[in-house]
Amino acid sequence: MSAETAEVEVVEKKSEPLFSKKNKKLLTNPLDIDNPITVQILGVCSALAVTTQMKPAFVMSLGLMIVTASSNVVISFMRNSIPSRIRIIVQLAIVSLWVILVDQILKAYVYDVSKQLSVFVGLIITNCIVMGRLEAFAMGNKPWPSFLDGIGNGLGYGLILMTVAFVRELFGAGSLFGFKVFESMGVRYTGNGLLLLPAGACILVGIVIWIQRTLNGHRESH
Amino acid sequence: MRQSNLYIVLYAAAITIVCGGALAIASQSLKPLQDANIEMERKKNILSTVMKLEEGANIEQLYAARVKERVIDFQGNVKSGMKASSVIIAEQYKLKPEERLLPVYEFRNQADTSKIENAVMPVYGYGLWNNIWGFVALQSDLNTVQGVKFEHAGETPGLGARITSDDIQERYKGKSVFDGDNVLSVVMQKGEGFDYSKDPHKVDGMSGATLTGKGVNNMLKDYFTCYKNYLKKNQKTLSLNL
Repeated sequence: MSAETAEVEVVEKKSEPLFSKKNKKLLTNPLDIDNPITVQILGVCSALAVTTQMKPAFVMSLGLMIVTASSNVVISFMRNSIPSRIRIIVQLAIVSLWVILVDQILKAYVYDVSKQLSVFVGLIITNCIVMGRLEAFAMGNKPWPSFLDGIGNGLGYGLILMTVAFVRELFGAGSLFGFKVFESMGVRYTGNGLLLLPAGACILVGIVIWIQRTLNGHRESH
Repeated sequence: MRQSNLYIVLYAAAITIVCGGALAIASQSLKPLQDANIEMERKKNILSTVMKLEEGANIEQLYAARVKERVIDFQGNVKSGMKASSVIIAEQYKLKPEERLLPVYEFRNQADTSKIENAVMPVYGYGLWNNIWGFVALQSDLNTVQGVKFEHAGETPGLGARITSDDIQERYKGKSVFDGDNVLSVVMQKGEGFDYSKDPHKVDGMSGATLTGKGVNNMLKDYFTCYKNYLKKNQKTLSLNL
């Protein structure tokens, strides 16, 4: 396996610079025209669940970005050795490995955040974005582009999560990252309870999808 | 070659060993930090039942200065030589109440550390779906509830899970546990939005989470009964001192 990967890297260095136009696209496309949530409609469940406040949304995005990027790299290194008959379970093993590592690290260093996220970190394993990128991209591309693809999709996911969390926390609880915005401005604000419920998030995600698809003119292909 | 059965079996075995090894190393090396966090959380929960904790308060210092940990038995006798932190509540819960080892955290007066200001007791029970647990603090009369802190493993979010919210926990403040020598406990009622401020043994319920409420009621009754002898003993010495 090691001989094969070494070869791949040599080829890569000759062929194109680290941030070629194509590679940059891997980072920027998932932010807009190929966004995992609004265009591919993946990972919606966690987008509803962890966006009541910005802090957990931020940590969740970071967690997903790390997991997607690192699993992408590992799978990409292994892609030529993975027997195709068990490739899904191998991908799953790698994803689980990273997710458990992230979970353990959160528990050790940011305990209160890990308590809030508890289930959802574990659920990254089943987050369709991770498996989707592994199967669709990392299995057929070199490690560096795969890494960029993972980071890009993590960012795209994070962008939507933070947008939704911003609206939900600001208008639902009147705060941002726990900082009471309206109170500090001297305005009395009664939070909108609907926004804090999953139903409110669902409506918001829908609106975000609508706005984004209108802006970039995306149409579902049949 | 990549499709042969032998290759697939060996490949799967290698993946398992590598992943398993990596996880074992991570788990072992991070365990001390994680345990410290859990211990800190416990101390924070105990303190939060008796006082409002400021952001960034030195929990470790406060705990060491004010809280005296003790282990008692059902009769209310102090088991000397036992550390409260070594008693695992979840395991003691499985025993009969008479056989349980019961930790109690006495919050002492700042000036005179022989005076008990609050007694904080761990509680443990079963909600609707999974375990619930927490701490209950009594005021110095060892009858009036100073504060409670509940946690849960799997109650329904938005319904039973509300037991962890300040809103629900506030309702227990100022309620009484005993009527004379009887353990009346504090009982959460069915239905929500009623005023029980005149009844010292009842608190307003949680709409849609009556069964979790029942779990909480059983848990409180169970543990107040366990601690009754200890509390009554100390009530007597308190009244002698006055």
